[in-house]
Amino acid sequence: MVKRVSVVDVDLCVGCMMCVFACTRRFGEGGVSKSAIRVASIGGIERGFTVIVCRACPDPPCAASCPTDALKPRKGGGIVFDPAKCVGCGNCVRACPYGALMWDEESSKPIVCTYCGYCVNYCPYGVIKLEEVKEVVARAP
Amino acid sequence: MHPRDPLPRVLYIDLSSKKYWVEERKELFEEYIGGTGVAINLLREEVPRGADPLGPENAIVLTVGPFNALYPMASKTVAMFKSPLTGNLGESHAGGRSAIAIRLAGYGAIVIKGASNIPVWVSVHGSKVYFRDARALWGVRSTHTVGRVLREVEGGHGFRTIMRIGRAGEKLVRYACVVVDTFRHFGRLGLGAVFGSKKLKALVVVGKGSVPVADKAGYRRVYDDLYKRIIGTPATKKYHELGTAENVLPLNELGALPTMNLKASRFERAEEISGERLAERYLGRRVSCAHCPVACIHLAVLREPYEHEPYFYKTTFVSYDYEPIYACGAMLGMSSAEGLLKVLDAVETYGLDAMSTGVALAWMTEAYERGLVTEKETIVKPAWGDYASYLKAIECIVEQPNEFYAALAKGVEHASKVYGGAEFALAYGGNEMPGYHTGPAAHLGYALGARHSHLDSAGYSYDQRTVGKKVSVEEVVAYLLEEERWRQVLTSLVLCLFARGVYTPQAVVEAFKPLGWELSENDLREIGKRIHLLKLKYKLDEGFSFDQLRFPKRIFETPSPHGALDPAFMEQAVKLYRSRVEEDLKSLEAAQRE
Repeated sequence: MVKRVSVVDVDLCVGCMMCVFACTRRFGEGGVSKSAIRVASIGGIERGFTVIVCRACPDPPCAASCPTDALKPRKGGGIVFDPAKCVGCGNCVRACPYGALMWDEESSKPIVCTYCGYCVNYCPYGVIKLEEVKEVVARAP
Repeated sequence: MHPRDPLPRVLYIDLSSKKYWVEERKELFEEYIGGTGVAINLLREEVPRGADPLGPENAIVLTVGPFNALYPMASKTVAMFKSPLTGNLGESHAGGRSAIAIRLAGYGAIVIKGASNIPVWVSVHGSKVYFRDARALWGVRSTHTVGRVLREVEGGHGFRTIMRIGRAGEKLVRYACVVVDTFRHFGRLGLGAVFGSKKLKALVVVGKGSVPVADKAGYRRVYDDLYKRIIGTPATKKYHELGTAENVLPLNELGALPTMNLKASRFERAEEISGERLAERYLGRRVSCAHCPVACIHLAVLREPYEHEPYFYKTTFVSYDYEPIYACGAMLGMSSAEGLLKVLDAVETYGLDAMSTGVALAWMTEAYERGLVTEKETIVKPAWGDYASYLKAIECIVEQPNEFYAALAKGVEHASKVYGGAEFALAYGGNEMPGYHTGPAAHLGYALGARHSHLDSAGYSYDQRTVGKKVSVEEVVAYLLEEERWRQVLTSLVLCLFARGVYTPQAVVEAFKPLGWELSENDLREIGKRIHLLKLKYKLDEGFSFDQLRFPKRIFETPSPHGALDPAFMEQAVKLYRSRVEEDLKSLEAAQRE
């Protein structure tokens, strides 16, 4: 079974962005420019937050929109990314209804979650967790 | 510093000419770190001596430091300016997303100069700066509305800070604040009025970048160590659960909670406005500044029925903390939590500093009781606990319908000069007093601290540790100086002061290493001392005088946990403090001449 980062209860989120910083820190940098997870208020912090991260779709529309096979479906759900094949067209970013593919301004390529779960280790309030992708029977017949 | 760290980049924005440019100030940052240290230097460069705080010659200096965006709880931005409230050094700190946005937009400092001919808001998107017409936003009643509008029209959702002023800033109330990302503030010393004087309605900064470090593995190791300590410390739990409001009951029990303009130091209805009561009945959400796991920001939910429609409610979120509860609660004899929350909401709506506003209203109430002012001046009938009259009075402070409110909008020190009542006007150096009547160290800290803030040197903490003990003048002065100087380092990094227990001198030294900075504890302490002296020098140059320091008579009348404060003790402490810093200033000047 493959893993994904899932949002357990978004109402537990305090908007600290520890997960966002963790994701870029994987590359040994401080900041947010390489982060595949994002936290934003839903119109003022008093209303709470939204946590946006790849949900590892069983039939990912982002991969379907990729003209160069740089993004391919991962077996069991989600995607794998081959930056060498990516021409930076941005179709994938537009294809994801969650906006879960971020854009790396430096490389002009998408930032793709690798489902490593590093961010989960820094969430103090149990908002996100690393879990196995459950089989979803959602494919059109 | 890593050669590609964008920290030394200073963004200059001139509102008069609507131009902007960037200068590299590597040496300045290496010598003074960032935050407070860099800000005091930029302020001295930019603002000529004797400048009018509300004139175009004043500047707004916003700085961040090397730890912002890199380490947890480095979440603050320092604002420096000449204060229109005190006519001297203005310094205020705010969190929210401000520090992260500025740092990740690629700057260590933003300097805003001049004044615009029309209302504008300035929008910084990475390397681009836009001047936008804010004429349609000028005069809008609520800072919440301004935030809502800017959220819609500006990009960078999730990676931006939106700083704005309210009506109080537009009307140049000398203690108007700047609201940062909703519910955080550059609260003290009137930055809101400086924004207003420049016709600057708001500043939006979007930052999505990152910061390189010299030793990646070392950086992650130090980070994890700090993170574990933050999560494991009892202070984190305290600030998360009840927030700073937790201090209401212990301070009340101690007899250190200034009540009804400090006519008392205990409030019999303190329970009603305590952190516990607010959390049980009203707490709706806890939120955090960016890159801080603590989430100390507590938002109460106020549910008010509409008068003319049954079963229809107005639901308002109101941020509360210890200091606003002190100033707009205990100081006003506010025995209902709901009344307190309504007052705090008004303060937020208009963009006022909660502490100064509460102290001003408390002074007004006592002046009215004593007949120094009448309803002709106050328009309302001020009475302890009567929140409805205070709500009206707050509106009057902002709109200034008569001479009395125009005077009160300049602070209690000014108002008491006009109407009398200086002996119970609770201000230090022109800044309204913070919420701790704990003993001599707290009041000495307010008087001697460079920004007349409880956060300069936390005398309240020293007082609480020494209750029941005899402390000498020498001990108190040594503590205040050492603490204020170390805090210059913390606020140059720029850390939240709630993290001070985790970021010990040793921890700071270790955290610097992977970033490519070589600084020993001694180096840091020397820098802290130098920053402190530069701030003092600025103050002396601008007319601050130890001879004119005033302790409000009231503080000697109401007993503290250390008993009745002794004027002679305070006088001796001021004298000793003065001789120590004057000596240090002489050596600093001698060193600069060499």
